Amino acid sequence: MRPATHGPSSGRRAASRPGLLGTLLATAVGALACALSVGGWSLTATVVGGLDTTTHLGTALALGAVMGVVLAHWRGERDTRAVAALAAGAGSAALWLAASRGLPLGGTRIEPVWGVAAAVVAMLFAAHLTRYGLRGIALKRPTRNELEALLLRIVRAVGFTFFGVVVAFPFYFMVVSSLKSRAEMLQRPTFLGINLHQSLGKLFVGYREVLTTFHFGRFIFNSTVVAVVTVAVTLVLSILGAYAVTRLRFRGRELLSRSILLIYMFPAIVLVIPLYSVFTQLGLRDTLPGLLIVYPATTLPVALYMLRSYFQTLPSDLEEAGLIDGCSRLGVIARITLPLSLPALASVGLYVFMIAWNEFLFAFMFLDSPAIFTLSRGMVSLNSQEVPRQFLMAGAVIVTVPIMVLFFWFERYLIAGLTAGGVKG
Amino acid sequence: MRRARRPTLAAREARLAFWMLAPTLLIVFAIVLFPVAANVWISVKPVKLADLRAPRPLLRVRVLQPATAAGDTLVLRYQMRNSSQATRIQDVALFDVLPAGLEPLDLDPRCAFQAPRLACAFGDWQGGHRLNLDLRFRATAAYIAAGAPQPTDAGASMRARAPNVLTNLRFTLANFRKVLAGTEFLPALWVTLAYTVFGTIGSILLGLFAAQLLNADFAGKGLLRGLFLFPYVAPVIAVTFTWAFLLDPLSGAANALGQRFGILGHAVAFLSQRSFELQAFGLHVALPLALSTVIAFEAWRYFPFAFLFILARFQAIPRDMYEAAQVDGASPLQQFWFITLPQLVGILSTLFLLRFIWTFNKFDDIFLLTGGAAGTKTLTVQVYDQAFALADLGAGAAVAVTLFVILAAFMVLYFRYAPGGEA
Repeated sequence: MRPATHGPSSGRRAASRPGLLGTLLATAVGALACALSVGGWSLTATVVGGLDTTTHLGTALALGAVMGVVLAHWRGERDTRAVAALAAGAGSAALWLAASRGLPLGGTRIEPVWGVAAAVVAMLFAAHLTRYGLRGIALKRPTRNELEALLLRIVRAVGFTFFGVVVAFPFYFMVVSSLKSRAEMLQRPTFLGINLHQSLGKLFVGYREVLTTFHFGRFIFNSTVVAVVTVAVTLVLSILGAYAVTRLRFRGRELLSRSILLIYMFPAIVLVIPLYSVFTQLGLRDTLPGLLIVYPATTLPVALYMLRSYFQTLPSDLEEAGLIDGCSRLGVIARITLPLSLPALASVGLYVFMIAWNEFLFAFMFLDSPAIFTLSRGMVSLNSQEVPRQFLMAGAVIVTVPIMVLFFWFERYLIAGLTAGGVKG
Repeated sequence: MRRARRPTLAAREARLAFWMLAPTLLIVFAIVLFPVAANVWISVKPVKLADLRAPRPLLRVRVLQPATAAGDTLVLRYQMRNSSQATRIQDVALFDVLPAGLEPLDLDPRCAFQAPRLACAFGDWQGGHRLNLDLRFRATAAYIAAGAPQPTDAGASMRARAPNVLTNLRFTLANFRKVLAGTEFLPALWVTLAYTVFGTIGSILLGLFAAQLLNADFAGKGLLRGLFLFPYVAPVIAVTFTWAFLLDPLSGAANALGQRFGILGHAVAFLSQRSFELQAFGLHVALPLALSTVIAFEAWRYFPFAFLFILARFQAIPRDMYEAAQVDGASPLQQFWFITLPQLVGILSTLFLLRFIWTFNKFDDIFLLTGGAAGTKTLTVQVYDQAFALADLGAGAAVAVTLFVILAAFMVLYFRYAPGGEA
């Protein structure tokens, strides 16, 4: 969006020659865009493609600066796309020249054709970024608004790059390293692509071993049972509780509904020592029922809170009509309230499933027998010197994928759940 | 008639409400409130982890001399001991069911035999007490005819009364003395505060930045929003192990890439190196490296939480406020500073409180990343260390109580002095 402009010449300013400040800005934007683009290309080629590229950041900056000035001066007089292509061509020719002369700019192990193609793409992208950055900004005499808009655009570009890399990279690394043997990892530690020159059996050996030798199939089953039972128990109890708190009158109702979330202020580690002691003496430690007593207790308050908020938005007229027609309270809940609150039930259910599936501390403290390990507990036993990291990462992918699939399938509900309750340690 | 019915209806409603809430209250009480109280109880008791396994008599049965013909003497040895080296057990008794056709020869006075049952009473045993009891039996023809079955451990059992370490009335303040006067407590407190404050601020700032980025309409926004939630939704065990592998100084990709692109001069052990010398402008600064890495992880993993709430708040700010500001000539930064930020004060304050409490209580992340090594031992990790690694439950509970008191103090201060508290 172009900020409000002032002054009589605003209509023609884009066509006028840039001033000193404008030229400097264009130079800086071009240099930055080029550095981002070429750096990104080089990093991707090294990490994903396994190509041994080196990037001379200084050269990229210089090229970008030239491109910025060219774009700024020709802007609006001709079709800017043509100009951008021209700049990109010039830039890539320079890249290729530098590469063939042995300058530390292009790739050393790349076919020249691919090097040039990559350089053209990188430069085109840089030109596009520069044009986007300078769009709507009067380079002859930029106003404060325009300067700030430019600054914010730069911050946005850097921000998207930063978050994209920082968030996605660990997950990318998790998947890729589950497909790489230790020897491969040590041989080319910077190559994080997938080596497809091997049989599928060898590629997925980590998954096969983890699922068979390390009994992860069993753990998946256990985790699923634990999570599903936790969801069922939590839903049944929280539906009853939330209904009572919203629709029935009794003493202490306000106090109860306000204090239920305070439960979340108690540190889990404070609960661990007494529960460990008592469960050991009762023989409940190292059993799945023991775990299934603890999990609903950690999810019930927030489930109750979320459902209460939802029930409050439902009109009570329908329920009263049901009561007058002779339904019992439970009948009203089952036939009227629940069908109306399916979306909320989905949110709560998914949210509770996520907590139970991901839970680590109690599973780690309570479970000793491999036959009843959940996935979180099973992962700990993979984390040893004798087990290759490849297997550990395969295990990590196995733990993560189900929750991610659920997440993307039901993203809308889960986000509703996360924000409505918004409670997880 | 009517007057009498009304209170009855209300009472019935209250009773129904009670029954509907009872399971929830029961579970929450048993698993949350009771343990908190029990923690205080354990913290003033001299309880070690091994004490949880109540001391009991242990038994092995051996046949010293088998009987092969009628009239032979069968000698059985009962090897017994107190499982505890320190604790006394009371009213120790032995029970066994012997094969048919055995007759006792000069039975030990502590024992009584009523075929086929043997019962012995030994009174009280001190810690570490051992006893070998040899019993002699004459084999009859019926015994030999039955195939001369050998008595084993299977039929034998022992019983004794042992004091329950959790319910007895021995109290001590030694746990608190040990923990509070120990050399580990103050460093752990500072580490906890640094981790909590910087982790909280980091995650909120990142969340604010991310929300600002996505507070616009563009293609792929939904996908990016989903991606940004990844660190928060993924299981902690998977992301901590991934980070630990990624940052490994020997085979980790972060070090390899950092060196390859000239960012790092040499391999850095991000998670196991206590401090890192920074040189800037001639100044030498020791950066607590492992702690900083753990804080960065905290900010990375929990920024989506702040992000979601701030994004929701952004979308609730009326558009026309910005339009009016633009007409008045406010620049983009001025709009952010004078319109957006004041609208966010409430949610930021709430987020700070919630994230502060949860980060303060956080255990899994640091435990899985560093195990509390290299200057990252927070109070929560110390609870685990004392109670389970050093097997001193009482001391662990004492740290837990201290932790809880500090948290409660913070909350009281917060609610008294915080601005715009919406929480």
